[in-house]
Parts: sequence; C-alpha cells; structure tokens
Amino acid sequence: MNDLIEIRWHGRGGQGAKTASLLLADAAFNTGKYIQGFPEYGPERMGAPITAYNRISSKPITIHSNIYEPDYVVVVDDTLLESVPVTAGLKTSGAIVINTTKSADYLKKVLKGYEGGIYTIDARKVSMETLGKYFPNTPMLAAIVKVSQIMSDEDFINDMKGSFKHKFAKKPEVIDGNMKALEMALKEVNKIQ
Amino acid sequence: MSIRERLSGNEAAATAMKQINPDVVAAFPITPSTEIPQYFSTFVDNGLVDTEFVAVESEHSAMSACIGAEAAGARAMTATSANGLSLMWEMIYIASSLRLPIVLSLVNRAVSGPLNIHNDHSDAMGVRDAGWIMLFSENNQEAYDNTLMAHRIAENENVLLPLMVCQDGFITSHSIENIELEEDSEVKKFVGEYHPKHYLLNDKEPIAVGPLDVQSYLFEHKAGQAEAMKAAKDVILQVSKDFEKWTGRHYGLFEEYKLDDAEIAIVCMNSTAGTTKAVIDDLREKGVKAGLLKVRVYRPFPGDEIAEALGHLKAVAVLDKADSLNAIGGALFEDVTSCMYVAKKQVPIVNYVYGIGGRDTTSKEIESVYKDLEEIVSTGKIDNPYRYLGLRREEK
Repeated sequence: MNDLIEIRWHGRGGQGAKTASLLLADAAFNTGKYIQGFPEYGPERMGAPITAYNRISSKPITIHSNIYEPDYVVVVDDTLLESVPVTAGLKTSGAIVINTTKSADYLKKVLKGYEGGIYTIDARKVSMETLGKYFPNTPMLAAIVKVSQIMSDEDFINDMKGSFKHKFAKKPEVIDGNMKALEMALKEVNKIQ
Repeated sequence: MSIRERLSGNEAAATAMKQINPDVVAAFPITPSTEIPQYFSTFVDNGLVDTEFVAVESEHSAMSACIGAEAAGARAMTATSANGLSLMWEMIYIASSLRLPIVLSLVNRAVSGPLNIHNDHSDAMGVRDAGWIMLFSENNQEAYDNTLMAHRIAENENVLLPLMVCQDGFITSHSIENIELEEDSEVKKFVGEYHPKHYLLNDKEPIAVGPLDVQSYLFEHKAGQAEAMKAAKDVILQVSKDFEKWTGRHYGLFEEYKLDDAEIAIVCMNSTAGTTKAVIDDLREKGVKAGLLKVRVYRPFPGDEIAEALGHLKAVAVLDKADSLNAIGGALFEDVTSCMYVAKKQVPIVNYVYGIGGRDTTSKEIESVYKDLEEIVSTGKIDNPYRYLGLRREEK
C-alpha cells in the first residue's frame, strides 16, 4: 500500500470542507483510483471546527478508521491554526496547505516547527475575484491537487467540469465561476521557504 | 458487466432498493439511516420506481405498515437505526412470528442513552433473538450485495423470515467509496417476482393473520420459526452461490482472511473487519501469523462452521461493538465461545468490547489485540477474558 495517500481537512462548519473532500474523492475516482471520502461527524453547527478525510490509492482500501498520520493536511480557515493541532501526526515527507494571508514567520510559529512543506493560498481573494462570494472550498480543492500532485492539472480541470455540471445541475450559472476559481487557484499556491 | 461507481453506504442501500423496486416502502427518518428513505422518496417522485411510499409518523408505524403490506401479499422494505429500531421492537417480533419476509436496512448506531448518534452495534444486538435473519456488511459493496440477495433468502418457502442488512453508521453509511453496481435488468432477473403462497388479499383462500395463539399452539409456532432459522443457512449459501455466478463476488456465512495458516485471529463484524485486514497484511510482512474471521451471517449463527474454522488456532479475540452489560462478555463472544465448547474445540478466547458510541477504532488498537494474543500464546494465561479496547481510563 505504498501508494496510499491520506489527506486530512480542517475547516469550520459551513465552509464546505466536507464537500471539498467528496469532490476530491470524485476527481481521483475518475482517474481510476480507489477512494474514500468521509467527514468526522461531531455536533454540526455553523462555524464549529470540523474534520474530513480522504484516502486515495491504486489498490482497494479496506481500512475504516480516521486518519492519524496524514500525508497532507488542508486548513480551510486559518483561525483554526491556534486552536486545533493541525499538524498532529502529519508526515514530514508531506505538506500542509493553508488558506491564509498571514506571514511566513507567524505560520512557522503556529505550526510548531513542522518540517514538511508549507503552502499557502489566499482562497478569499480567488473566491471573491471569480465567484464574487466567499466559498473557500473550491480554491482549496485545487490547491491540494496542485501540492499533492494526485493528478495532473489538466486531468483535474477536465474532470471537474463534469463534476460541477452534475453538482450544480440546478444552478448552471455558477459553473463558470467555479471553474475559474479552480484555474486561478492552481496558479496562486505559494510555497513558504 | 458491473458498473464502476462511487457511492456512500446509504446511497448503496438506496440504490439496491431502487433496483429491487418493492411494492411498499414505509419509513420514518432517523440518523444515520435518514438518507435511505430520503433518496428512495426522490426515486418515487421521479418515477424511477412504482413503489407505494408511506411516510409514516413513527418507526412503530413503519414496521406495522410493512407487516400489513407483506401480509396482504406485497413486498415491503424499510430502513432505520438505533432508537428507531427500539420503537419498532414490538412489531419486530410480530413480523418474524407471522413469517413475513420484510427486508430492513439497519444502519447501526448506539441506542440511547445518553443520546449518541454514532456507530456501535447495540441496536442490532438488542434484536438478535427476535427471529430475524441478520447479515452484516463490511462496506458499501457488501451492504449493496446483501440487500440484492435479501429477498431470495427471506422469501424462500423453507425460510419465510424477515431479514435485516446491517452496516456501520457514518463509518460506511456516510463514506464515499468505490463500488461495483449491477444493471437494473439483471437485478430484476436475479431478485425475481414475489408470489407468496398464502396472503390476505387472495379471495380464493380466505385466511386470518396473527389471531390469538393459545397454550396449545404458540410453542409449536415458535419451534417452526426456529426450524426456519436453521433452514436459512443452506438457503443463504445457495443464494450466495447464485449471486457469485452472476457477479463474481463470493459470499459465505463468514469470510476467512488469511485464517488457514494463522495461529492467532480476530473475530468481528462490519467495517472493523476491513481495518483488521490492513493490519494483518502488515503483520504478515513481519512474520506474524495473524488471521481474521468476519461474521457475515450473524442470525442464523453458523456455530458448527465457525468452531471448525477457528479450531486450529492458538488464541482468538472476539470483538464486540456492543457491551451486553452482563458481567461476562459481549454477544458475539458468548456465541463464539459456546459453539467452540459444544464442538469441543479448546482454544483460548478473549473478548474486547470496542468502538462504543462511535469511538474510532484504529489500526494501532487492532495491532495491540494481536500483540495480546501473542502474549496469551506464549504464557498460556488469560487474566481477564472480558476486556475493553480503546476505553479511556482515568489515571490512578
């Protein structure tokens, strides 16, 4: 199971972290992978911290537990950085992707010396410019694909067109904006040195 | 040709129900099974099924409506979890004693209280002696496959018992995973039409269903139920064989994973079996002869077969996802130990109560069970056969 990739999402209720994990599972499924996408259900309230997970592999996945040693972590809301141990168990061979505009010094401090890759993206900017509203999950989905290289940018974009058509069947007017958000986000991911 | 898809466990159960297209579905929503009647009601609305969907006001009524429908001669299905099943309890016994092959999708959740919506098996264990056939499912695929096989088993004239298909709430019911689906037309052919021998709406044969059963009859009727439960074992195997011929997917009374040459093994049900398989793969690389027996058919309990399959082991751990609170051990543990005793198989067995109220069961914990078993093998001692796995204890 060497090619098993495990991803943990941290967000707040209402920001779409669960939906993003399901969309990532969808996209990876469409490239022929075995996938799992599941949220950890707690008391569901708008704004409460939530966790969601993905497993992606070229072999069938039988394990059914939460993920404690992820390869990647996605933080959809940077106000969680000081209250949730987002790097817990995170492999140093992996990376963390954060929706933030905070300084590199601040991030290094709150991530408590995490030695793996640290990537940031201003998902608010991407979302406002492409959708006119703040939906951080679409840019974060593109960001984790870019960082983890689960699939090529091109495969991802092509696949998401189909997924959005399905997901937004009753709101086709938002498909273009979401596609632009993905494309822009792929270019807006920064690595902190 | 199977269709490659990705669905949650609830979507898988609802899809199977859509393809079965039963005459009646009566259900009341309860987490985590709510999505099943929710999806099904959209199938009804969109004309994908011609089922009579009865949006009842309680689970007691849901089971009552299924009983009425089946007695009338229709094929009826429902879905529920935990306290929903508790509210059905009176009618659960009536369904089985009237020999009505209702099919229920049970998405396992802790029975209150205090209130907890997460997974364990306390709901299923509460009705284990109610005369229902009980199939457990490791993942979405098995929940789907077990549902497709359900009617052929339950409606067999040597059986005529209701059947529930169990899967783990949230862990599989709300997890999107790969699945192989079958074509609608093929499902229809496999499941077949329901032609009950005796039914209320048959004007050629007026009958009464469920009248007073006094001292001179109830005993014999219960014995009839017991015989039907015994007969169900062969029927399940036959239907599973036909299913394998059709889909290529093999099912028995239980699944043995690397058990043949194993020295130590875990017995468990539902999603934890998957986690255990992953742990076994790792342990085998380190030379540990670990195996698994995953119970699929819990009622009827395949006691002789399980005793035979475990007889060669040096130590066994039975994992119960419900505590029987009886001071001797969980239900699966009791079933396994008594069948071993009767079959004269002297294997040291320990019980772990685990995963209560949705407590996550990790690979590390499963690994620790195998470590404990190695210890038992080397010392020959079992200090406490009724233990916990993953329980948080206060520091003393």
